[in-house]
Amino acid sequence: MSTLIFGHSRPGRRAPGLAPECEEAIDDLPNDLLRKHPPALPEVSELEVVRHYTRLSQQNFSIDTHFYPLGSCTMKYNPRAANHLAMLEGFLGAHPLAPERGRQGFLACVFELQEMLQAVTGMSRVVLNPMAGAQGEFAGMAMIRRYHEMRKDAGRNEVLVPDAAHGTNPASAVMSGFRVREIPTDREGDVNMEALRAAVGPQTAGIMLTNPSTLGVFERRILDIAKIVHEAGGLLYYDGANLNAILGRVRPGDMQFDVLHLNLHKTFSTPHGGGGPGAAALGVGPRLEPFLPVPFVARSEAGGLVWVEEGDRPETIGRLSAFMGNGGVLLRAYVYARLLGRQGMRRVSEYATLNANYLARELEAAGFELAYPRRRASHECIVTLKREAREWGVSAMDFAKRLLDYGVHAPTTYFPLLVPECLLIEPTETESPETLDAFVLTMTKIREEVQNDPERVRNAPWTTPVRRLDDVRAARELDLAWHPQGGLDKA
Amino acid sequence: MPFIPHTPEDVSGMLKKLGVARVEDLFDEIPPALRIDALPETVPEQVSEQEITRLMRERAHGDTPPALCFLGAGAYDHFIPAAVWEIATRGEFYSAYTPYQAEASQGTLQVIYEFQSMMTGLTGLEVSNASLYDGASALAEACLMACRVQNQKGGDLVILLPETLHPAYLRVIETILEPQSIAIERIPYDRKSGRLDRLWMEARLARGGAGILVLAQPNFFGLLEAVDGWTDAAHRAGLTVIALVNPTSLAILKPPGEWGAEGADIVCGEGQPLGVPLSSGGPYFGFLTTRMRLVRQMPGRIVGRTLDRDGRPGFTLTLQAREQHIRRARAMSNICTNQGLLVTAATLYLSLLGPAGLARVARACHARTRLLVESLTALPGIRPLFPGTPFFHECPLVMDQPVRPILEALTDRGILGGYDLGRIGPELAQAWLPCATEARSAQDIACYRSELERLLPSPESVRRR
Repeated sequence: MSTLIFGHSRPGRRAPGLAPECEEAIDDLPNDLLRKHPPALPEVSELEVVRHYTRLSQQNFSIDTHFYPLGSCTMKYNPRAANHLAMLEGFLGAHPLAPERGRQGFLACVFELQEMLQAVTGMSRVVLNPMAGAQGEFAGMAMIRRYHEMRKDAGRNEVLVPDAAHGTNPASAVMSGFRVREIPTDREGDVNMEALRAAVGPQTAGIMLTNPSTLGVFERRILDIAKIVHEAGGLLYYDGANLNAILGRVRPGDMQFDVLHLNLHKTFSTPHGGGGPGAAALGVGPRLEPFLPVPFVARSEAGGLVWVEEGDRPETIGRLSAFMGNGGVLLRAYVYARLLGRQGMRRVSEYATLNANYLARELEAAGFELAYPRRRASHECIVTLKREAREWGVSAMDFAKRLLDYGVHAPTTYFPLLVPECLLIEPTETESPETLDAFVLTMTKIREEVQNDPERVRNAPWTTPVRRLDDVRAARELDLAWHPQGGLDKA
Repeated sequence: MPFIPHTPEDVSGMLKKLGVARVEDLFDEIPPALRIDALPETVPEQVSEQEITRLMRERAHGDTPPALCFLGAGAYDHFIPAAVWEIATRGEFYSAYTPYQAEASQGTLQVIYEFQSMMTGLTGLEVSNASLYDGASALAEACLMACRVQNQKGGDLVILLPETLHPAYLRVIETILEPQSIAIERIPYDRKSGRLDRLWMEARLARGGAGILVLAQPNFFGLLEAVDGWTDAAHRAGLTVIALVNPTSLAILKPPGEWGAEGADIVCGEGQPLGVPLSSGGPYFGFLTTRMRLVRQMPGRIVGRTLDRDGRPGFTLTLQAREQHIRRARAMSNICTNQGLLVTAATLYLSLLGPAGLARVARACHARTRLLVESLTALPGIRPLFPGTPFFHECPLVMDQPVRPILEALTDRGILGGYDLGRIGPELAQAWLPCATEARSAQDIACYRSELERLLPSPESVRRR
C-alpha cells in the first residue's frame, strides 16, 4: 500500500484558499450541540492531495489502461465525449427542485432516452429512476407483487430463479417480499423444462431470467418458458445485464417479458467508476404500467416536458431516490445512444458476438475447454480449467492472478457457480482482434508455465503493487478504518 | 463505426476461422421469430461527436440555472475545488470496475479505505461502508439494518420517523420497506419550536413497543434537535437509534457517536455536500457508519486492510459473506454497486479542505444563513416560523401571503428563493425554507432581499388596507 493520506498530514498544514475566510464564532448555537474536537481529517497541501490520488489511480487496472474482459460486466470503452458533455456547467449546476421550465434541455435528454429505450426493448414504457440494476430489480419485483395484490391473487409469493442467475436476482426477490425457488439448468445451458413445469403453480408470482444467460448462451426455449409461466399466472422479469449480446436484434418485449431492467453502465457504456454509480432503465408492458415508480419525464398538455410525480400516479409503488435517480449518468447514456444511432446499436451486438465467438474458438483451438462447446457463444464465453486444476493443482483463481502479471484484468472467476474452475470472459465489441489474439497467447503461455513451473502461477501476481492478499485475515482481524489513536505509523 | 475497431479484413479473417459466412449466422440459435431486421425509427440515425456536442451545449446553455441558488432541501450548492473532478475523472478511476481483483485495484480500494476512515472521523462511529446510492436509500437501508439488529436482540420493530423528515425520504422508506410489512409511526413536531413533540415522544416511549428511532440533525426544517436527550431516552427504552445527518454540519456539530451517553447506533445521510455537483439530483452518494459490534448487519461493500504474501499491507473487499453475490437470497441487501466515483470525489474534497477548511465551510454556511434570516425578516411581514429555535444552514420563514407566487416571481428574477413548505401541507402555505451556503456572498443576500422587497406589498399599501 501507499502511505495513507493521513500519513502525509501535519498539524496546521492546509490547502489554502479553497474555503472562504470565515472565522465567525458560532455563538448562537447551544454549546451541547457543538463538536468539541475537530474530526480526524488529513491536513495536507493541494499538491500532496493531487500527487497522492494520482499515484493511487496508477495502482488500478481500468479500461483506459488495460484489456478488461470481465464477464457479465460489459467493460467496453467509455467515450470521453459522454463524460465531457454530461459535465457542462448548465447540467452540473441545476438544482433538482428547480422549476421544470428552466430545465427543458436536461428533460429532453431524459425523455428521448426513455423513448429510445422503449423502442430498443419493445416495452410499452421505460423509466430511468433506478440508481442501479439491483434497484431496477427491486422495483420490478415490487410491481409484480402489487399486480397480484390488485387482482386479489396475493397467494402468489414464490419467485422462480434459475440456478445460473446473478446473486442480485434472489436478493431482490426477497427484498420485494417473495420466497425464492431455484430452477436447475440442463446440460446444454438451457433452463430445465421439466423442473420448470413441476415448479409452477398457484403460488408462482413470476420468474427472473437473464437472456442470454450468465452461461454465455441464448435461452432457446424462451417462448415455451414464457408460455408455461404465463399460463400458470406468473409474470416474467428480464434481467438486462446481458443485453449487449442482442442489442437492436432481439427485444425482451418480443420474448414476452412483462418487466425488465437494463444496466446503462453496461450496454450503454456509462462508466463503472470503480464500482458505481450505476443507473438502470426500468421497462414494463401495459399490465404493469400503473405501478411504475416515479418520477419520470412526460410531455404535458401544454407541450413542455415535466416530471410525473406521486400525485399523478395513484397506483405507483413509490419512489427509489430522494430526487430523480442518477441524472448525470443518464446524460452519458443519452450521448452514447445518439453517437451509435439505430444502426450503431445493432453493430454493438454484432461485433460483441463476433468477438466472443472468435475468442471462444481460438481458446478452444489452443487447447482450453469450453463449458458449452456445442453452443454459440453470446457476447461472452466460459472456459473451465477443471482439467488444469486436476492435473497440475492450479486453480482458475491462480490463472486469473497470473493474467494480471501480463497486464490483462482477470475475467470473472467462479461465476456462474454451476461451472467448476471457470473463467467468464466478455471481450465486448470495442476490442480489436489483435487484443483477442494476444489474450489467447497469454493464456497459452500461462498454461505452459503451469506445466513447467506451477509455483510461478500459484504464487501470482508478482508485478502488481501488492501480491496476493490474505482475505481470511482481512475478515478475521477487521481493519476497516484508520483512527488517530491507531497512530501515524499505521498510516 | 463508432467505437468498433474492426476493419473489413479483420471481419473476414475472423469469420473464416469461425467457419461461417456472415456474422448473422452467429445468431442462428435464436428463434427466427424473435429476430428483428432493424430498430424502429424512434431511434434516430447516428450523429457525429461534433453534432452531439453542439446539441448538448445548446441544451446545457438553455438549462443554465438562475445565478443565485437559495434552495437546499436535501441538495446543497457548495463550492467544489477544481482538483476534485480533475482527479476523480482520470480514466484509471473512471473506467475501472468494482475492485473484486484486489491486486489490480489497490487505487480504488485505498481510496475507499480512506473514505471509510474519514466518514468514521466525521460521524464518530467505528466503521463505515463504501457508500450506498443516496441519502434516502441509505436511510431505508439503515432502517432495514436496525430491524435486523432489533430482531437479533428480540426487540420490537416499529420505526418512529419524525414528521420533520424530508418528504421524499419518507416516500423512499415507504417504498423499500413496504414489502417487509414493518410498521412506521410518525412523530409529530411541536408547532412552536419545529422540533420533536416532547410530550408525544415521552408518552410513546413510555408505552413501549417501539423499536427504532430516526433522529434527523438538522431536521428537514434545518432546525437542531436536542439529540443527547432523545438518544438516551430511546436507548433506555431499548430502541436502536439511527442518526440522519448533514456531513458538512458535522465539522461543527457534535458527531452522532457522541450523542447522549452511548451515541447513535447507526449514522447515515446524503453525501452530496462533500464535493458532488447538484447535477439535477444525481448521481450522489449515501453514507452509512455504525458500531463495530453491528458490522455484520451492515449493508453494502466494505474495504479492509490486510497483508499480502510478503507480509506487506494492502486492501481488499471484506465481509463479503453479507453480500448478494455470495449469500444470494439471504444477503443483507440486494445492493451490488456503490457510488464509487462520487466517493472518490468526496475523499478528494475532504482531503483538500481538511478539518479546518470543512469547519470554515460549515461556519460560513451558518453565518450566511443567519445573515439571510436577519436580512429577510427585516422586511415587513416576514418572520421566522419557529423563532428562537437554533438552525444550521436552512431556516423556515413565513410571510403574510401565499409564498408560492412569490417564489415563482423570484425565479423569474434569477433567484431560487427556497423550498415551498406548502408542498408538505396546506397549513404551511405561507412558509418557505431558504438556505445559504458558503457559496452565497453578502451581496447575493442583499440582492435576494431587495428583489423580495419589490415583490411584497409596500408598507403604505398594507397600512391603507
